[in-house]
Amino acid sequence: MPSNPLRERSGIGTGQKQLDRLFALLGLLAMLVSVGALLVLLTGLLMEGGPRLSWAFFTSYPSRFAEQAGILPAWVGTILVMAVTAVTAVPLGIAAAVYLEEYAPKHWLTDLIEINMANLAGVPSIVYGLMALGLFVYQLRLGQSILTAGLTLALLILPIVVMATREAIRAVPKSLREAAFALGATKWQTVQHHVLPSATGGILTGLILALSRAIGESAPLMTIGALSFIAFLPHAPWQPDFPFLSFEWLLDPFTVMPIQMFNWVSRPQEAFHVNAAGAGLVLMVMTLGMNGLAIYLRARYRKRIQW
Amino acid sequence: MRRHLCERSIEASLFLAALASVAITLGIVGVLAYESWGFFQHVPLSEFLTDSQWTPLFSEAHYGILPLVSGTLVTTVVALLVAVPLGTVTAIYVSEYASLSIRETVKPILELLSAVPTVVFGYFALLFVTPLLQRIWPDLPGFNMLSAGLVIGVMIIPYVSSVSEDAMRAVPMLIREGSYAMGASRFQTALRVVVPSALSGIAAAYVLAISRAIGETMVVAIAAGMQPTLTLNPLEPAATLTAYIVQVSLGDLPHGSLGYQTIFAAGLVLLIITLIFNIAGHFLRKRFHHAF
Repeated sequence: MPSNPLRERSGIGTGQKQLDRLFALLGLLAMLVSVGALLVLLTGLLMEGGPRLSWAFFTSYPSRFAEQAGILPAWVGTILVMAVTAVTAVPLGIAAAVYLEEYAPKHWLTDLIEINMANLAGVPSIVYGLMALGLFVYQLRLGQSILTAGLTLALLILPIVVMATREAIRAVPKSLREAAFALGATKWQTVQHHVLPSATGGILTGLILALSRAIGESAPLMTIGALSFIAFLPHAPWQPDFPFLSFEWLLDPFTVMPIQMFNWVSRPQEAFHVNAAGAGLVLMVMTLGMNGLAIYLRARYRKRIQW
Repeated sequence: MRRHLCERSIEASLFLAALASVAITLGIVGVLAYESWGFFQHVPLSEFLTDSQWTPLFSEAHYGILPLVSGTLVTTVVALLVAVPLGTVTAIYVSEYASLSIRETVKPILELLSAVPTVVFGYFALLFVTPLLQRIWPDLPGFNMLSAGLVIGVMIIPYVSSVSEDAMRAVPMLIREGSYAMGASRFQTALRVVVPSALSGIAAAYVLAISRAIGETMVVAIAAGMQPTLTLNPLEPAATLTAYIVQVSLGDLPHGSLGYQTIFAAGLVLLIITLIFNIAGHFLRKRFHHAF
């Protein structure tokens, strides 16, 4: 067979070609480690904790007896804490992002805010917990409550919300704003009626990701003293008489899913480890479900909107 | 006129929201500095930095931060030994080799991996990885830094790979085509052209991953034990800065006591270390963006 003159002159010798293939294989293997890790996590939890999931597991309080213990206060706590977090972080984060993208003049103060935001995103979560312990629990006397926990996690995810929202706003083309201005709209009208609605998909994706991060966080809540053994529910957020809403639950002590799981993992008895796997499985379904939703939304909006 | 006033007030409130981030920083620094100040009234800085024991809650108290720093150092180094090679090779593969369909499947999976709650990783370090390692080293203690470090390593692979992949993909196609035109293979192009061009971006990825590993809390609190020990041997149990804070938080120390203040001193050290890495990462990234 005549050798291919082009290939010979091109300098890719057989040695190089083999090296090329070898590296492709290596890359594939490295990639499979991450994929495999995720699979192992999921199947491990499913096998250990799957059989533990039952109606009783979701509707029981923690107990000294592993077989009777459940995650009722934990998932209720997670939902309530997340409500506080979302109510705080979402408006604050979107407002900050709108300011930085649409309004901010270029000067030292906005530069400072930018650098500060980037650094905040890298601060370890447990440091936020220490801040909350000193500030919210003792200075502002909010106690070791759902309110404290929600605010702490809100501050923690604020940089993520801001960054995601900014990215979404930046993706809205300039021509859209110019068209609005040309019709005599003010800046805020432009933002409110055109920029934010067009960026909704991206913002929503970012918010879901940020909240899923908050759901899995436990370290900052441990420092503010989240209890892991709670045999009661917080006050209900509703009441029979006017105004029908009650906010007493905000100051109730609480536990959340990851802290309940930590508590069960750190016990020596095997039976509690099974409970931990069950709680972990529920936690994984929550966070991975939210992430999956975010990935799906992102793909959908990317397809639908073509500037 | 009214419209103008309305616009101005909206702008002002948006500005206040943006300023909230500065307030958070001031809150963090303020609380840590205030409580640590109280701590350093009782413990001289020289003892804090040189004493080789950390036993603040014992009757014979020692306040040397070194054992906690060594624990953090060991788990971080083990984590990096896993995450840097795997993360970099994954990034090169996804950026330079993988077809579009593989890339579109792998990236979301890496994203999911980084979304797994850390307490779940801790569960695995203690109940899966450690028993596995004990088959290799039968006398490995149930709590050890090796399994915690390995698991943190897997946990931070997505950070390394996604940031370095972004950096590599930002290298202009023209440069690659130039290399191919000279007859280089994909491997040669990746290794000698793309990676060097993206170097500061890749370095930023490493630095951010380091900061992530240093701040990681739940995995070490669950799997590495909570005994502050001055050792560099990953096969031993030890406490990290973060694990110590968790340990104290689990107990019930009275507000304002010296024991309570120790966690803020540990937190301050943690913040300073991570801040150095974060700032370095910030500048590396900036340099990379300037390059293209």
